[in-house]
Amino acid sequence: MDCEMENDHSEEMDLEVLSSMWPEDINEEGKLFNLEKPGADHDMLEGVKLKEEPAAVDFNRLVDLTTYSEKGSSQLSNLVKSWEYKQANAVRMLREELDSLSKQQKKVELKKLEMIEEHRFEEHKYGGNKRPVSVLDEVYDIWQEVPRRRNDVVVHDQRPEVEAEYGTVIFWKQRAIHLQKLLEASMQREQIALEKLQESIQNLERQSSPVEELSQVLRRADNYLHFVLQNAPVVIGHQDNELRYRFIYNHFPTLGEQEIIGKTDLEIFGGGGVKESQDFKREVLERGVAAKREITFETELFGSKTFLIYVEPVFSKAGETIGVNYMGMDVTDQVRKREKMAQLREEIAVQKAKETELNKSIHITEETMRAKQMLATMSHEIRSPLAGVVSMAEILSTSKLDKEQRQLLSVMLSSGDLVLQLINDILDLSKVESGVMRLEATKFRPREVVKHVLQTAAASLQKILTLEGQITDDVPVEVIGDVLRIRQILTNLISNAIKFTHEGKVGIKLYVIQDPCACKQGESPNVTYTDEQTAPAKGSIDHNVLSTSKSRSNQKDYNGKSHGEVPCQNHGHNDETGNPLQNGASTNGDREEYPPHETTVWIRCDVYDTGIGIPEKALPTLFNKYMQAGADTARKYGGTGLGLAICKQLVELMGGQLTVSSIEHHGSIFTFILPYKVSTICDSSDDPDELRDMIGHDAANDMNDDDTNYGFFKFEPRTLGPIFSASGPGRSQMLRPNGFGLSAINTRIGYPQDSSSFPSGNNTPKEICLIEDACSEVDVTETSPEPESSLMHSPECNNKISIGKEHAKHDDENIQLKISSINTCNSSQRPKDVLDMTKIRDPQVMHQMQPMSGRSSECTSNDSRDIPKAKSKPKILLVEDTRINVMVARSMMKQLGHEIVVVNNGVEAVRAIHSTNYDIVFMDLYMPVMGGLEATRLIRSFEETGNWEAAIKAGVEFDVSPSNSFTNGQEYKLSRKRIPIIAMTANALSESADECYASGMDSFISKPVTLNNLRQCFEQYLAAFL
Amino acid sequence: MDIVNQLQRQYVDFLSSLYREGLLDDQFLQIQKLQDESNPEFVNEVVTLFFEDSEKLLHNLAVSLYVDQQNVDYQKVDACVHQFKGSSSSIGAQRVRNICASFRTCYDAKNLEGCLRCLQQLKDEYYLVKNKLQTLFRLEQQIVAAGGVIPIMG
Repeated sequence: MDCEMENDHSEEMDLEVLSSMWPEDINEEGKLFNLEKPGADHDMLEGVKLKEEPAAVDFNRLVDLTTYSEKGSSQLSNLVKSWEYKQANAVRMLREELDSLSKQQKKVELKKLEMIEEHRFEEHKYGGNKRPVSVLDEVYDIWQEVPRRRNDVVVHDQRPEVEAEYGTVIFWKQRAIHLQKLLEASMQREQIALEKLQESIQNLERQSSPVEELSQVLRRADNYLHFVLQNAPVVIGHQDNELRYRFIYNHFPTLGEQEIIGKTDLEIFGGGGVKESQDFKREVLERGVAAKREITFETELFGSKTFLIYVEPVFSKAGETIGVNYMGMDVTDQVRKREKMAQLREEIAVQKAKETELNKSIHITEETMRAKQMLATMSHEIRSPLAGVVSMAEILSTSKLDKEQRQLLSVMLSSGDLVLQLINDILDLSKVESGVMRLEATKFRPREVVKHVLQTAAASLQKILTLEGQITDDVPVEVIGDVLRIRQILTNLISNAIKFTHEGKVGIKLYVIQDPCACKQGESPNVTYTDEQTAPAKGSIDHNVLSTSKSRSNQKDYNGKSHGEVPCQNHGHNDETGNPLQNGASTNGDREEYPPHETTVWIRCDVYDTGIGIPEKALPTLFNKYMQAGADTARKYGGTGLGLAICKQLVELMGGQLTVSSIEHHGSIFTFILPYKVSTICDSSDDPDELRDMIGHDAANDMNDDDTNYGFFKFEPRTLGPIFSASGPGRSQMLRPNGFGLSAINTRIGYPQDSSSFPSGNNTPKEICLIEDACSEVDVTETSPEPESSLMHSPECNNKISIGKEHAKHDDENIQLKISSINTCNSSQRPKDVLDMTKIRDPQVMHQMQPMSGRSSECTSNDSRDIPKAKSKPKILLVEDTRINVMVARSMMKQLGHEIVVVNNGVEAVRAIHSTNYDIVFMDLYMPVMGGLEATRLIRSFEETGNWEAAIKAGVEFDVSPSNSFTNGQEYKLSRKRIPIIAMTANALSESADECYASGMDSFISKPVTLNNLRQCFEQYLAAFL
Repeated sequence: MDIVNQLQRQYVDFLSSLYREGLLDDQFLQIQKLQDESNPEFVNEVVTLFFEDSEKLLHNLAVSLYVDQQNVDYQKVDACVHQFKGSSSSIGAQRVRNICASFRTCYDAKNLEGCLRCLQQLKDEYYLVKNKLQTLFRLEQQIVAAGGVIPIMG
């Protein structure tokens, strides 16, 4: 800085103004405090009226500070240094001026000397021609370094101009006068210089008061500070090491000076944040490091405000902290804004998350749609041909076969069933997973469901196992739920149980629990299995419950055919309602009476077995897809590994849970609990037909004292005797010459072991066997064609039972049953349709079945087990113009065993239909003369109106030969039925299927035609001929 | 016997190369499967029919597209190509069929230049597959002549 000053000192001298005396480097960091140099009277602050100083100052402390704190002293010394420097500068300048003056003086003297010498030179002129060289010419150069201004003052050497002739007296006189003048002028200048010197000195004296100057500068700085801080929401303060305020600047003071100075924050005011700020200051004080913090104050004094506080420690020269400087700024608004921003940002984030979520769900929905499509495709593409294969095999199984063929066929059938089951499982699973699965709420009777599941299982049982079902009294007679799914679960679990149980028993136990959590009660499987032989306590039934039992509207659906309903008889029973059965010990606790008026009831279902059990390590993954207990298991027992996964998913879908407990080699219990709605109108009226539902009257007669076992079913293995297997629901039975028969309903009496011990007070046989010896054909055909997958009411069991003793007749019916099953199978791919059909609500199906029944009756009359062959071949019309296609199609049809009639365009097709009755038409779309779409429209028009006017209008000419007119007339009567017309299209996708359908086509197959396509079509549309 | 084996291997290799190159697709397999004792020349008949039809169609197409280029009867072209497409897909001549598909986009757009290009491609592909099929049949004949059985693929 010094050298800087030196360099432009001349400048400063020119201005004759001192630069600001404010220390330019107030602290080490650099110029933080820049002040405008106060120009000539234009102090900006002049116009600004500063308010009364809001600062409160403890001056003693200030002195202390400036004296003791390093910063204070450094500032002070800076000030002093700068002042000293300025003084030195001024002295230097004065000295220079003095120098210049003395130089002038010297010069003047020199001049004088020169003049004198000149004179002497005049004198010496004659004597010598020497010319003196002024040495000082060179010396003059130094003047150039003197500020220019000084040059003005310098007296120029002026040669006295004398007009007079040299050497004359006048000349000398004049010269003397001239010199005199010069001298006087010089004297005068000297005088002026002296005066100026004097003045400077005086000036110097006047300016020389550093304090005054400093304080002026300080005041100016202070003013600026005030000006700047005038409206700033800033508080500046200094606190000593006890954190007592020594200085505070607060533009909006709320407290007087005496209330602040010498006090700490805490002493001044209280409230939220005060303590925090105090602690913060103390922390800074202790750590000696400046810091910033945002503190929210909640004080009575100024309400809720957030301050950004900066605190820096002040050190003494010894390096000790002697206090803190403190600066606070009100950032309440900013904080508020910031919080709002954060909030907004948060909201935006939430919004975005929602958006993503929505996108996801859209995606999922799309996926689901695709899954649906895939499901449809799968069911169509895989199931229908497979159903065809299985159906054919079934038919085949009814034909005369030798033992080996029969064996092969049975393998074929069971494999086919397995694949069908697998496909169904996968479909179910994907339905559940894709959310397509819809649950239906229907009224059903849990007792019946259990019974039928057991019946079905018993019917196909190939082991010596006891199947039993127990339903406690508190289980409502009727509940609402998706009975199909529940049956599916039960069937699945039961068939699993049977699969893995080689001896002992398998059973279902149903009871009401109060709370879904309570079902977790540890069950001791040991109890279950070790006690299995003990006779259960007598089942007892409430009178109330008794009266409610009846077959499930059998009469309505099945013309009063009995179904082996377990009849319920009123009669005495044990007072003990919570009657422990085999594992009653474990269930006692659960068996609280459930309030009958409740609308939701939780029913727990245990499916237990005495089978091989499940190793503990397999339990966690048991319900995983495609997971079986072990590789051995899969090898030994087969299965898809999907069953349990589906059960679990179904149970969970219905809001329940499925759990398992097992002891290896002893057995397993699969337990699921589900909530059911209880129908408010409890249908407890005795069904008048109920008594007729009794089957197996022998048993009934024997055991009628025991009717209380409404809630208990038992199917014991039968080791001898004729079986009902012949018409059993499982195909395997059919193929098995001597399956185990199950006494099923006949032995339905709950406790055969010691049935005699039951009181026989109520001996009146109330059960009447109503089973006719033969079921009507229609009834038989009603039965579900797919015993494995059908969970519905299975009357075939009953039929079976009732007709069990009449084999001859029975066999025939059996055939009938098979045929009709196939029929229904073919005509509907979806299980739902199958279900519908079993209910025979669909007149169309009925219609379709009738002729079959008729045909099969023929067979029975022939007493032949042969499947009735379709004697009449279907008449097939192919409308196709391309020779190659015709050739290929013809050949394929031939392989499928069909002859075809070929015509080459639409017109010919219409004519052909006109003259002959075809069973199916395969129609190319694109043909010369008339395309397939138009031809189809014409044919449909005929079917609707019974005349060919549209065709004639379209320009089709019919031969009117007598023979033709005859057939035509016949047709008029006969064939108003709709001929299936199958489009054959080269590009199935682009040529819109809609167009085909709109023109009246039933379906389309894409070209090139393949054997599979054709076969499928035949299956679908020509089932009657297969 | 050696020669039969060799011929059979050659036949299999050749046929699989046809599949591999996409000249033929599964439909040809279907056709082959349709051939049995009752119809021992089925494949040959169908393919011969295909040749006859195709050459007629190619001729018709050429006439339609070249004779009067100012007034091309695209409907006729459509009919021909459609038929070509049907017959080629029936015997599994995949590449021919594919060209028919692109041909269609050309005449739909009444793009004469494109049609001519497609016709050329169609000819090329047709003669290629014809050539190959003829070779195949020759091989078959040789196998039969050598007393062997034609291997069944697929």
